[in-house]
Order: sequence, then C-alpha cells, then structure tokens
Amino acid sequence: MNIPKIEVAGLRKQFGELVVLRDINLTVEPGAVVALIGPSGSGKSTLLRCLNLLVVPNGGRVRIGGDAFDFETGKALPRPKAQAKFRSNTGMVFQHFNLFPHMTVLGNVMEGPVSAKNMPKAQAEAIGRRLLAKVGLADKADAYPDRLSGGQKQRVAIARALAMEPEVMLFDEATSALDPELVSEVLGVMRDLAAEGMTMIIVTHEIAFAREVADRVIFMRDGVIVEEGPARDVIDRPQQEATRAFLSHFHTRG
Amino acid sequence: MYTFNFEMLWGYRWLFLNGTLVTIGLTAAVVVLGLLLGLVGGLAQLSRFAVLRWISWAYIELFRCTPLLVQLLWFYYALPMLTGIQIDAITASVLTLSLYGGSFYAEVIRGGVVSIEAGQTEAGLALGLTPAKVMRRIVLPQAIKRMIPPLMNQSIIQFKNTSLVSVVAVPDLLYQGQVAATDTFRPLEVYTIVALIYFVVLVPLTAIVKRGEKQLQTGH
Repeated sequence: MNIPKIEVAGLRKQFGELVVLRDINLTVEPGAVVALIGPSGSGKSTLLRCLNLLVVPNGGRVRIGGDAFDFETGKALPRPKAQAKFRSNTGMVFQHFNLFPHMTVLGNVMEGPVSAKNMPKAQAEAIGRRLLAKVGLADKADAYPDRLSGGQKQRVAIARALAMEPEVMLFDEATSALDPELVSEVLGVMRDLAAEGMTMIIVTHEIAFAREVADRVIFMRDGVIVEEGPARDVIDRPQQEATRAFLSHFHTRG
Repeated sequence: MYTFNFEMLWGYRWLFLNGTLVTIGLTAAVVVLGLLLGLVGGLAQLSRFAVLRWISWAYIELFRCTPLLVQLLWFYYALPMLTGIQIDAITASVLTLSLYGGSFYAEVIRGGVVSIEAGQTEAGLALGLTPAKVMRRIVLPQAIKRMIPPLMNQSIIQFKNTSLVSVVAVPDLLYQGQVAATDTFRPLEVYTIVALIYFVVLVPLTAIVKRGEKQLQTGH
C-alpha cells in the first residue's frame, strides 16, 4: 500500500475568538485529486493555506511528502528557511493569480527555480519554456502579465507553480475570478495535470468539474469536515442534510 | 522707491558659486545617507522582531516630530557637552540632516512596501522563497516605483533644508549670501539672488521628476 502524500491530523486554527478549523483529519494518496467544497466561511481556503503555511495552524500536524511540521500553542514557529523549503514542495494557485507584474511571463515561471533553488538561468529558462508550452502559452513568454487575459494569467500561474516540481498542487478557487468563457481553458489544464498523476487539492465552486475530475470530495462547514467520500457519491447522493442543502444551489451534472 | 543695484554683486560671483556648490554637495551627502537610514528604518518598521520595530519607531518619530533647526543646534551645541566630543559644523549638519531626512524617507519606504498587495508576498512565499528574497525580488522592485515620486519630493525639500546649516556657520549658499549682504549693505539684492539660485537649481529637477513619474506609470 502507498504511503499517503498528504497527512493532516488534529489541525486547528483560530483567528482571535473565531475558530476557523476544528480538529481536521485528512489523508491524500499519491496521485489523488481531492475537491474541497463548502459555503464561504467554511474554512476550506484556510485549510488549503495551512497546508503550505501561508496560515500557521494553532495545533495539529501537517505532513507533505517527506516534510512534516507539528504545531502546538506556545511553541516557536518553524524557522523561515524551513518554512520556505516546506512550501517549495507544494505548488499553490491563487484565485487572483498573483503574477509578478514587473516580470515577463517567462520571468514569472523562472522565478521559483532561480530564486528558491538557485538553478542556473539557462536551465530554468528551459523548464519555463517547456511548461509554458504545456499550458499553451509558449508564444507569450516575453509578454508582461498585464497583456494577458484572466485565463491566460491563471495558466501562467499554474506553470509558475509547476516550475518548482512540487509533489502536490493546491488550487484556491482558481477559476472564481474568471469570466465564464475563460473558465474552461484553466479547467482543461487542471484536468491534464490530474490525468498525469499529480496529487491535487482543489478548493472550488465548480461542482460539475469536481464530480468529473476529483477522486474524492470533502464537504466542509463551520470548520469541520461534514462529509467526505468518492466524488460521485458525495455529489449525487449526499448523506448529510447540510451537504444536500449546499449542493441544491448548483447544477451538479454540468 | 528702492532702486535695485545688482551690478555691484558681480564681484561676489565666486562667493555665490562656492556657496551653491557647498549646498549641492551637502544635499547629495544627506540624500544618500538619508536614503540608507530610511531604508533601514523603513524595513525595520516591517520587521517581525518587535525590538527592531520599536527602535525604528522611536527614531522616526523623534526626528519627524521635532524641528530641524532645534535638532541642528542640539547636535552642534548640546551633544558635545553631553559626550565631551567636539564635532565640527559640517559633520553636525550632515548628521542632523541625514537623520531628519531619513525619518521621512523611512515612512515613504514603509508606505511603499505595504502598498504592494499581500497576494504578491503570498505568491513569492508559496514558491518557496524566503521572506528576505520575497522582499528583494518581488516586493521592493514594485514598491520602489511607487516610492520614487515621494522620495524625490522629500529630496527637493532636503535641498532647501540645507539652508538652515548657515546658522552653525557652514559656508553654504545662504551663509555666503549673508557674508555678501553684510559686506555690501545690499540685503535686498543679495537675498533675491540667493532665492533665484535655489529656484533655478530646483525647477529643472522638479521637471525631471514629473517626467520620470509619467514614464514609471506606463513602463514595467
């Protein structure tokens, strides 16, 4: 049996009095695609951000690949270098792309390998051009991000994350800020990645996409996992009333 | 009606030139040193270490909230009494003006950095860059564009602030003007000339700043 790629145990997070995550337990097998769904404020984005330490949990344990961190109240945070190394093993794609506007598209994609891994520029450029071709944007290498459409920006952001050769990809509502006609080009890239065996956690409102691409769906509400299971089971035959109520807002079969 | 007589000041042209060069040199020194202090002070404000934040806050507020003239007199007259070390007028002037300018630069630099969206820092961190590299590679290059106009403005103010050093007998433009004025009993002509020289140096500078601003808005 495979060792899980991602293991989360007893994860807790609160902002002041507000408890956002209570005792989250989660394992993700290598190559699995997990969709996190739930209403806004359910903690799904916070959970995703805890996985690469953009949000530091108050308690629990996170392991991704060979790196693990224990979080206890009152314990010192891991050192910045250790945090950076941990993060370099996960690629993150943001809702608002967050491309670096002062760098070309190619520069964006090369930034991780060059600045985090100290890779020679020529080698990073080769990786960058290969990944831009993979997301269908080889011809935009020398353009600046402000010349791109939202869908193109998000595909560059995916290439930028992939350039670090992460073991895991995290998508935080990657298509929520896109015009409807641009959503499918981004979902297409994500679908290809899943088919290649990338381990992925996707926070999404694209329920039809989750049903089609994800192996497992996790429904969260108020900081807890309410229901989880194979994607089609959870979406087509939800067991919990809360899940049913949430899913009733969507056309779930695309 | 007063009749202006500028001709008799021709004999003092080298004095004015000399004073102008001292003023320009002094400005160059206090702008460079002030920017270094401002960079350190501004970034310390954003440090994750409370001690650094506290020290830089104390420095910035101390120098922003006391008059420059008082600071200058304090460094020239009071500090030597406290420490027993006599510093010359030029050193006291450069020190004071740099610290004073640095406190304003620090606020500009801090403001420029925090004006960059949090998403940029997050994207850099998510790639696996250390916080220091995120600052150097991602945040500062973008923030500097936004800082340049206010930094230039502050530097123009610094150019004019150097006129205060005449009170501790640094031979800058205003000081040499005072010498000429006492010599000729023609303060009206002399101070008109002095004002014109400041004006003539600064007007082209402000035009360059304006043009630079426009270029920054359009370019990458």
